[in-house]
Parts: sequence; C-alpha cells; structure tokens
Amino acid sequence: MRHTPPRVALFATCLVDLYRPTVGFAAIKLLKEAGCTVVVPEGQTCCGQPAYNSGDKADAQDIARSVIALLEPYDYVVVPSGSCGGMIREQYAALFAADPEWKLRAERLGARTFELVSFLVDVMGMTGVEARYEGMATYHDSCSGLRELGIKGQPRALLATVAGLTLAEMEDAEVCCGFGGTFCVKYPDISVRMVSDKVERIRATGADTLLAGDLGCLLNMAGRLQRLGHTVRVRHVAEVLAGMTDAVPPIGEGQARQGGAR
Amino acid sequence: MLTTSPAFKQNATTALADAGLQKALANAKAGFMQKRARAVAALPEFEALRDLGRDIKNHTIAHLDFYLDTYARNVEAEGGKVHWCETADDARRAVVEICRSVGARTVTKGKSMIGEELGINEHLEAAGIEPIETDLGEYIIQLRKEPPSHIIAPAFHLNREDWIEAFREKHTELAPGRVLDERKTLIDEARTILRSRFLAADVGITGANMLIAETGSSVIVTNEGNGDLTQTLPKVHIVLASIEKVVPTLEDACTILRLLARSATGQDFSTYTTFSTGPRRAPDLDGPAEYHVILLDNGRTSMIGTEFQEMLRCIRCAACMNHCPVYGAVGGHAYGWVYPGPMGSVLTPSLIGVDKAGHLPNASTFCGKCESVCPMKIPLPKMMRHWREREFERHLSPSAARFGLGVWAWFARRPWAYRLATRIGAGTLGFAGRKRGRFGSLPLAGGWTGGRDMPAPEGETFQARYARLRKQGLV
Amino acid sequence: MAALEQDARGRMLGRIRRGLRRGELPESVASGLVERLKAHPRNLIPARSKLPRAEQVALWKANIEKEYGTVALAASEAEIPGLVADYLASQNIPAVVRLAPDPSITSLPWHDRPLLSVAAGRAEGTDVVSVTPCFAAVAETGTMFFPSGPHHPTTLNIVPETQVVVLRQSRIVGAYEEAWDMLRREHGTVGDGPTGTRFMPRNVMLVTGPSRTADIEQTIELGAHGPRRVHVILLQDEQP
Repeated sequence: MRHTPPRVALFATCLVDLYRPTVGFAAIKLLKEAGCTVVVPEGQTCCGQPAYNSGDKADAQDIARSVIALLEPYDYVVVPSGSCGGMIREQYAALFAADPEWKLRAERLGARTFELVSFLVDVMGMTGVEARYEGMATYHDSCSGLRELGIKGQPRALLATVAGLTLAEMEDAEVCCGFGGTFCVKYPDISVRMVSDKVERIRATGADTLLAGDLGCLLNMAGRLQRLGHTVRVRHVAEVLAGMTDAVPPIGEGQARQGGAR
Repeated sequence: MLTTSPAFKQNATTALADAGLQKALANAKAGFMQKRARAVAALPEFEALRDLGRDIKNHTIAHLDFYLDTYARNVEAEGGKVHWCETADDARRAVVEICRSVGARTVTKGKSMIGEELGINEHLEAAGIEPIETDLGEYIIQLRKEPPSHIIAPAFHLNREDWIEAFREKHTELAPGRVLDERKTLIDEARTILRSRFLAADVGITGANMLIAETGSSVIVTNEGNGDLTQTLPKVHIVLASIEKVVPTLEDACTILRLLARSATGQDFSTYTTFSTGPRRAPDLDGPAEYHVILLDNGRTSMIGTEFQEMLRCIRCAACMNHCPVYGAVGGHAYGWVYPGPMGSVLTPSLIGVDKAGHLPNASTFCGKCESVCPMKIPLPKMMRHWREREFERHLSPSAARFGLGVWAWFARRPWAYRLATRIGAGTLGFAGRKRGRFGSLPLAGGWTGGRDMPAPEGETFQARYARLRKQGLV
Repeated sequence: MAALEQDARGRMLGRIRRGLRRGELPESVASGLVERLKAHPRNLIPARSKLPRAEQVALWKANIEKEYGTVALAASEAEIPGLVADYLASQNIPAVVRLAPDPSITSLPWHDRPLLSVAAGRAEGTDVVSVTPCFAAVAETGTMFFPSGPHHPTTLNIVPETQVVVLRQSRIVGAYEEAWDMLRREHGTVGDGPTGTRFMPRNVMLVTGPSRTADIEQTIELGAHGPRRVHVILLQDEQP
C-alpha cells in the first residue's frame, strides 16, 4: 500500500467541461474513493485532438505544449475519455517526433496519463464501487479507448458491482458509432448511417440504458436514439459508477422528465 | 482508370441510397469478418507472424534496390524478361507491344489490381486486342462494364439477381429460357464459356501477389484456378507487378502466405498458390514460350523515405476494407479509384495526387479497426492523418472547416478566452435546452442535426462549477 | 528499347536509393544479403504440424478433407489402378484417364483394369481425368506441391475436371519450408544466378483441394475453373 496518496490531475476534456460537468464531478468522486488526491489544474482547455486530426499540426503542437506544461507537476493525469486520454498518452509523443526535448516531455507525461476507468482498475486496483442503478445497461466500447488503450474489461468489471444493474452485451460493441470528431459533421450521411446501425444493435439488447466512456460517442448515439424517438437512457459510465445519476438527467433529456434534479 | 474520388461525398450519398448495394454489403461484410476471426483464433502464432511479416517487408524495402536487382537477374537467368516501367504509360506500352509481337487477338486475364491501375483493358481494346477477364468476379464486372468495388472480391457490390441479369443479357448464344437461379448454375455457365476462351487465348496476363528475389519467381494466389489456366495455356505469360511485391526468399514468402489467406478470406491457405519461374523449358510439354514481367513504379519510389513508406508493406489482403465501417456503409465504388477502403485512402493520394483524392483520408473516424487487423501492421490511421497534414499545409482542406478549427484552436491556446467563451456558450445552450434536454436543429450545426438531435449541455461549465464549489468549500 | 530499359532500371533503382538516402549498397552489406538468400532462414513455423509421425499424417488428411479433397488409402502400388477405377465409377465419371508421364505413375499395373482407358501426356481441353504424382504434401494445411517438369505437365493439375493424386505417405511433411528444402535437395544444381544455385522448376503449384469461388454472394461453390474434384490415393509406403 502507498503511504502518501497520489496527486492526480483531472483533465476534464472540453466536451465534459462544456456539456457534462457531472462527469467531471463523478470522476473526482471515484478518484477520491480510490484514495487519490485530486487536483483540477486551472487553465485547462482542450487536448488539441480536433486540430491534430484535421492536419493542423502547428496548432496541435502549441496546444500540446501548454497541456504538457500544465499537467507535468502531478503524479498522474486522469482523463474521463479514452479518446482524449489516448491523445495525451499515445499521440503527443508522435506529434513531437522531430523535437527531442518536447518528445521526451510528452513521453514522460504520456506514461503517467490514463483514462479514468482503466486508471481506477489497473493502477489503483479498484475492484468494486458503492453505487446503485436500477436498470439493464449495454456498454459501447469507444474506439480509442478500446484499440489505443486496451480498455474492455475494466468498465465491465466495475459495472458488475453496481447494485441493481444488469449488463447486456450488444452485438458489434467494438464497432465505431460513427462519431469520429469532425467526421460526423464532414460526412454526416455516412456518420448517421453508422450510428443508425449502432442504434439497431443497442435496441436489439432490450437494454434501457446505454453507457460508454467517451462523451463524443455518447452525444452522437443519444442524438440518434432520440431523433428516432427511442427512450434509452444514455449516460457516461462514470456517472453510474459514482452513483451520481440523480444529479443530472440522462444525456439529451430535459429536466422536465427528471423532475428538476440537482 | 478515370477517377471519381473528388466526388466521394456525392458518391457516398448515392451509395447509401442504393438498396441493391446495401443488400449486397450487408450480406458480404459479416461473413468476411467472422471467417477471419475464426482462422486467426485457430493459429496461436498469428500475432507473432504479423510482427515477422512486418519485419520481412521492412527489411526488403530498406534494401529494395538490392532485392529488385537480384530478382530481375534471376528472372533473366531463367530466360524471362523484366520490363522496368516507371509510369503507367510505359507499362501499357510494354504490354501492348508484347501482345502485338505475337500477333495476339485475345488475351485472358487473371485478377490484377495493377491491371486496374493501368486501365490495361481499355488500352488493349484500343489496340484491337480483346481482353477477357477470367476471375468470376472480374468477369461479371467486365460484362457490366464497371470497375471492381473490392480488391479481392471485385463483385462485392452485386447480388445473385445482378449475375442472372448480366448472364442472360450477354450470353446470347445460350437458350434464353434456361434456368439460372442457383449460384452453381451460374458458375457452371461461366466455366463453360470461359473454358473455350482459355484454350484460344494468345497471351495470358496475371498479377503477382509476390516476387521472390532468391529464385526470380512470381507468385499468384487464387481459389478458382483461373490464374493457372491463364498463365499455362497461352504462348505468352505477362506478369503485372509493382516493385513493392518483392520478398527475399521462399521462406519469407511462406511467412506472408500464412498471413495472407487468413486475413483475406479466412482460409488457412488459398486453394492455388503458384510459383512461376521463367518460360517453358526445353523438355516441358506445356507452359508459355515467353515469360515477361512488367515491373511497375508509377509513383511508388516517391513514397520511399516519406511518412508513407510503410504503405509499401501492403499485401492487398483487403482485411482493412472488410472491417471498415465506412467501406461497409458505402462500398468500394464511392472511393472513386482502383483501391477502396483504408488502404486506398492512404495509397490513392500517393498515386493520383491528394488534390484529387483528398476526401479519402478524411472520410475516416480513425476508429483504428483497420490497423488492428492489418497483417502487415500498417498504421493506416496515422498515415491518413499525414495526408490531412499535407492537405492542411497546402490549403486544400475546405475553408469553412479550416476557419472553424482555427477559431477553436485560438481559444484552446488561450485559457482565459476559452473560459469566457465556453461559459457563455454552455450557459446559453444549457438555458435554451434545459426543458427538453436537446435541440432538433441549431444554427450552423446542420451536419449534426440533419440526422441526430443535439443534446443540450448542463449549463454551467465544469470548470466554472468546480471553481464555485471550491470557493464554497464543497469539493 | 534495350538501352532505354536499362535506363529505366537505373532510374528506378536510383530513385529507391535517393528515397533511402544512400547510394549503392557497400559490398559488405550486399554480400550479407546474398548470404541471407543462400541461407534462406526459416522464420516462424507454427507448432501445429510438429507432431509424432502418425498424427502428422492424420493432420494432413484431416486438413485436405476439410478443404473438400477426398482420400483413399492404398496398401500397395498394385491397388492403385483399382482404386482409381472404383473412384471414377462411384462418381459416374468416364473411365478415360490422362496419366502424368512419370514412371512412378505409368509403371503402375493399369492393364489390370482393361476398362480403364489410359494415355500419358499433358492435358488437353477434352481430358476429364488426370492422374498425377505428388512431390510433397504439407500437414499444416493439407497443401500438395506439384512441381512442373517433363514428367509432370502443369495442365494435368488444372485442365481436367477431376484430378487423382497419388501421394506416397513418406512425402508428407509438416510445413511448407520442409517441402522447399526437399525441392532444393532433390532438384538443386549449380546455376549462374546471383545465389549460385538453381532448383525452381518452371512452375510449382501448391494445391489445397478442388477449385472454388465465393464471388457470388461470398458463398463458396466448388469447381470454378479448375478441377471440381481432387481425390488423393495415399500410398502407405512407411512402416508403422
């Protein structure tokens, strides 16, 4: 066992910051339960992935430098997103392939950067949570988390300990939902087709709740489910694991339905 | 081959609305994925073989001048002829010249993606020589006068009805009332018709899955046996191969063959894997009297030493497209040139220019599935991103997208401005959407809201709420 | 033309070297690469075919049957013509057979079966059945090696609708690499190519079952262009 709790910087991501602050607070709660001291470094914005994936390397490098400088002082960096976590953990070093000094700093930071749920399980050794959620959920494996960071069993292991929750696996859980960052607005026809396929798979499970670890995918799937009039509740996995589902209605649902929570 | 890659977006929209295509895609793609998964699971060494395959190809490319030269000297020692062709034009000229030198009237062809790259059929026809595709998938699309939609299953986009229709229309020598509804009947009919073409052909053209430096052999892999009939029966065998096909030894080839069929069709090994080494030898009773290799560059040497060099490892197995959700949605024709799917999205800009093929590397969610199944471990998403960088540098990306991203990046680099803008934005949207929780349409967000609702934000940003609660001692 | 092509060759090799940021390989490196060609190291051979002999033979048989080949066992050479005749009768195939002009095939007692009409040579378009030897068979996937030569014309493997293969059990090996080694050993001569040896026949076909296609709706159908049937007579020439 550690003697001093690790100091963990929470990098909330711009989507959580803008759309779903509750995910950030859920992350703080879970990290504290796991025995961490949590800091939210001031001045954080975006990991730079939109610029990076759009070929704007210079801007991506600028943003990466400030993120690295901001997060370097902590034992760990935890991100409630496989995509943004992967950006810092795997891609920053690639971004500075031609700059040895920043490459080294990026690698050092990358080695200490984790997606939230995999950090709780793989680094902090968390085996269960004290939470209750009534429902049958299906879990979508977001691409970066799954293939870049190897996140597959960890969220399922923790979800299995949530009281009242059953997990129903969907077919093609590992197939992309069609979000893809700017892809979803650059190629909306293809994106909507992909998310429609995903919605079919979700519906086929009979689950009343859809969970995932990346807000981008969740917004995409929620938006399509709701456009088609389906009533599946969509949430970030951290909200369920932290037992904070009373704090906020499901994604894309108004306070009218939830009865003015929070 | 003419390209419609610049119209990718429209092509995709058309493809998504094509009911026949969607039916064919839905039928085909699951089968490929399941078969590969089963074959891979049955070979514990598969992952180790992927590493070896990658290493063999990297070693070969690092010494490509040596291995190509050695390969060519071995072909020549066996009595074959190597035609070094820098451009597609050089290659087309060489092929037509060989055909003319033997007075060829008909040419049978095995499936060759280099043949597609050269548009060799049109050039042969223009020279008065009739090309006959003999791979069944290639045969049907030749009858339908369309390009292949997949690199190993050219008729991936067709249903049985399409075959029946084409055979009835084109095989006019047969009784119009004949029964044709079974797959087997269709195949038997094609077999009968093509058998006479095989026996009559003057020249046979095949591709090459690999070239072996050690022996000067070319290798073809088929299931039908059409490639073997093509290269055995006529007087002349022409091999179309690009420079990156060379590997050092038979053993290296076997390592790659263990990956190829499993990745491609989910077979442990294809039915026919044939090694050809030079023309017929003096005491032989069969085989071609002439053996020519068209060794094509066509832009590949310019990939060496760039961030696209690793693409030269590609063995054209099609696993990337078989597993790609974008390919699975729109099919191969939407990509608009010879090579569809993820490998095409990397290779096509190299070969026809990123100005024409710029959509292809953008039409990816970077889901990473392609790289995860690539037997040669080619980092396809990374290379698509490199193309996006080149486009960005050359100001080829759409200006509205550039502007939007520029604004975002400006804020992302300035935390104070970001804080201010996100608080206002999230606050406004959160307030407007607080009752319903989402928007059916939003200004400037038509790309999103055309097919999806836009969930509303909670209202206060995370950082604002965190600062507020912290001040109150609540976190 | 020749001079131009020499130039194209030089230009292509030159562009490769420029891409690799070097000139021609120094002699020390090039000779190392020649040594690698001569040594042709085996890479990784899957463990699945490394089995006790009886199991290895059984694996070959299971694999070729999985790929739609059929197998009959012969205890002696004398049984082979009978097995061929019986197989053809069972499949309603005319008993007219083109034999590979290989002594191991032509010397079999075909006259014991007068109803079987046999002739040796290459296959023509009218031939419906061939009988060929097999140089080596690979347990790993059931694959059979057919090197071409005056005794084994390639057309016999691909033109007739039915190929009957006479495989001596002693020619079954574990992996492809072992079959290549047999070929190097049994066919190798001094050659004037860069490696100094020459062993590749004009054509080597590796055949794993009958011809097939999945081009219509990605569903396998047998008998696309090549043989519809591959029937192997396994001659048990090894002591158990």
